[in-house]
Amino acid sequence: MSAAGTTITISDPYRLARGPNLARGHGGGGPATKRVIVGYGFWLFLLSDIVIFACLFATYTVLANATAGGPRARDIFDLNHVAIETACLLASSFFCGLATIAVARRNQILIQAALIATGLLGLAFILLEASEFAALYARGDGPTRSAFLTGFFTLVGCHGVHVTAGLLWLGTMMAQFFAKGFRPDIGRRFLCFSMFWHFLDIVWVAIFSLVYLVGTRL
Amino acid sequence: MLGKLTWDAIPFDQPIPLISGAVVILAALGVLVWVIAKGWLPYLWKEWITSVDHKHIGIMYVLLGLLMLVRGFIDAIMMRAQQALAFHAQGYLPPEHYDQVFSAHGTIMVLFAAMPLVIGIMNFVVPLQLGVRDVAFPTLNSVSFWLTATGALLVNMSLIVGEFARTGWLPYPPLSELRYSPGVGVDYYLWAVQISGVGTLLTGINFVTTILEMRAPGMTYFRMPMFCWTALASCLLILAAFPVLTATLAMLTLDRYLGFHFFTNEAGGNAMMFMNLIWAWGHPEVYILVLPAFGIYSEVISTFSGKPLFGYRSMVAATLFICIVSFCVWLHHFFTMGAGGDVNAVFGIATSIIAVGTGVKMYNWLFTMYGGRIRFTTPMLWSLGFMTTFITGGMTGVLLAVPPADFLLHNSMFLVAHFHHVIVGGVVFAVLAGITYWWPKAFGYRLEEFWGKAAFWFALAGFYVTFVPLYVVGILGMTRRLQHYDVAEWRPWLMISAAGILVLIAGAICQMVQLSVSFLRRNELRDTTGDPWDGRSLEWATASPPPVFNFAVLPQVQDAEAFWDVKRRAREMHGSGSEPHYEALEMPRNSSTGFVCAFFATIIGFALVWHIWWLMIVGLVGAYATFVVFAWRDVPEYVIPAEEVARLDRANRIARQEAPYGASAI
Repeated sequence: MSAAGTTITISDPYRLARGPNLARGHGGGGPATKRVIVGYGFWLFLLSDIVIFACLFATYTVLANATAGGPRARDIFDLNHVAIETACLLASSFFCGLATIAVARRNQILIQAALIATGLLGLAFILLEASEFAALYARGDGPTRSAFLTGFFTLVGCHGVHVTAGLLWLGTMMAQFFAKGFRPDIGRRFLCFSMFWHFLDIVWVAIFSLVYLVGTRL
Repeated sequence: MLGKLTWDAIPFDQPIPLISGAVVILAALGVLVWVIAKGWLPYLWKEWITSVDHKHIGIMYVLLGLLMLVRGFIDAIMMRAQQALAFHAQGYLPPEHYDQVFSAHGTIMVLFAAMPLVIGIMNFVVPLQLGVRDVAFPTLNSVSFWLTATGALLVNMSLIVGEFARTGWLPYPPLSELRYSPGVGVDYYLWAVQISGVGTLLTGINFVTTILEMRAPGMTYFRMPMFCWTALASCLLILAAFPVLTATLAMLTLDRYLGFHFFTNEAGGNAMMFMNLIWAWGHPEVYILVLPAFGIYSEVISTFSGKPLFGYRSMVAATLFICIVSFCVWLHHFFTMGAGGDVNAVFGIATSIIAVGTGVKMYNWLFTMYGGRIRFTTPMLWSLGFMTTFITGGMTGVLLAVPPADFLLHNSMFLVAHFHHVIVGGVVFAVLAGITYWWPKAFGYRLEEFWGKAAFWFALAGFYVTFVPLYVVGILGMTRRLQHYDVAEWRPWLMISAAGILVLIAGAICQMVQLSVSFLRRNELRDTTGDPWDGRSLEWATASPPPVFNFAVLPQVQDAEAFWDVKRRAREMHGSGSEPHYEALEMPRNSSTGFVCAFFATIIGFALVWHIWWLMIVGLVGAYATFVVFAWRDVPEYVIPAEEVARLDRANRIARQEAPYGASAI
């Protein structure tokens, strides 16, 4: 065994799974394990999704001042409302983390409870967002009012659609854990789900900073 | 109930689309009836439609691409004929129809002919070259294919039900906005490209994962065949560029469907933002197509020169250089936007610099041939034709990269000639080379050489006769997409160009004759050893066609040219080594998920085009249900017993031992 190979420790399961050749950085260790392949593929999907958000951020920034005589960002954002939304989403990510622990311990009650908490907080986030959108619509400041509002509704709404799709996925995950237990393939699927949920958090942090915080200062 | 869909959508008053549509429908029904009458439907369903085998999916991609290539070629014939006739006259195509023809031609050729052909070859070849049994996500691969087929179906549906976009292959706003394009043409474009784009993105994810995480033991990055490197670079570009397309088309969709103001003229919308976004996808898209083409040429030239690829590492570097720089040049598509001299200079220089990477490759191919024992087979002829054609096509590109020159040539026929020069000479030639080169691996018999060479010479000559005159009329001031004209100096050149398309038609006929003749003579052309060309990479190390598991035992790679190395060592040992130890294998089970998904995607797309909202909801619920059913299945794999693996592998080993290594058929 090579010098690099002997440095492998049990605490580094990825490296162990891929053998000593990859540890040397040339990639000669043969096909990776299923868990690595699935996780890797999902990372790539998330990266491509980030590119979609990057486009929406870019267009929002270009259109931010094109208010066409309509309201500006600081006229319509209520930071307290958004702070509660943010707290809900971040807390739901915390419970999603607990669910990861529950999967590692193979604890059915804990996983169901943690996922319900994740889902309810996610739902609260969506409802708060919907109420913000509804209030803007009611005032006549919908996405058709100006290019700025077009960009705003699309960027934030796209994130909202992602969270909604995540909730649908979450419900399916709970049913699968309940019906099929902690099978390896369901564990891999949950790995992807948790990555997705945390990814939505990261995108939201960017939206919170760039759209809401910067917006109210402009 | 049916949204905007009424009997008015069927073009009863326009004979050309009506008759061609009827012919297509009758042909499709005829094939279907024939398949059912012959009792082939269960076989097709089990072995092809629900197959998750990368080889079968690859072949289906190529078939789809070839069909669409014919459709796009017919559009091209119509356009050349129109411009030959429409001097001081209306020609035979009314403007609204002519506009649909050139829009459909571009959309189909780039997205539904070239992309499926390139992705199909990648699908078939990459896992074999990497020495593995399948791609990372086999079922997802099937979903990708069927979503691409859905997009192609929607585009062709627009021929009979409704209309296609009249905006050109990229729907520039404000023309593509609802106010100026109130019909369903742009909507067909949007949903067809959006749905197939999702399929392409999933392919990108699948192949980057496959290439980076699944290779035979010992196949380090710098032992991968060049085609795998170019496929990797292409798929990285798909990952980074296709989401931009998705986002941009989604924005235009929101503008059209919900009255948003991304690209409108009013309420602060910004149409130039569309040009920037669409070309941030569109320019890398060109390299998504041409990088795997470069990979095909590398394999073909190396094999038929009997030498390793010259400058392998510099080729890898040039590929990755092009991969990155292709993202820094998009503004050269609209130098005339008025971004200012500094910005134009940066993008002009970046565009010229890309030619350096391509130049490196040209020299590598030349030096690969230098001192080699060259066999002038059909794939090699396509490669040589590419090298001469692509150099001149690239030169005109460098000319267009100079902003002051571009101001004169922007949107002229010179530009049309340039991009056909590089895409036909680069991608189409490569695909035809690749199909001829890997055909024996896919079907177990070689393609006949005479008709293949005839197809090449007609295509090469026809290409020059068709497109060189277009450079001339471009310099004479002719803009693209003209339905009629009254400048006498253009006329002779457009007539020559129309004559050129006749030569290209002869080439296309030769190509079809080649496929038919080869099929009829398949027993003479049989490839028994699995190595008809004296190949150098791992796909030639297994039988032709390969068994479902590709390799009975995963190869142990010890050299950059894995199979060449195996053959060399086998020669030294006077024959191949002892029989390996066979084990039972697990392979992914077939799945109808891809086909069912595409069925619902077609419903969703059609419903959205015609604003049939209830049908859209039915489609969405169906698609979600399909995913849940797929996620619910308990046995994703089946086992092939060790005896079966051994039986299949022994037959090939015997054939190989009887034929001396290194003695190829040609």
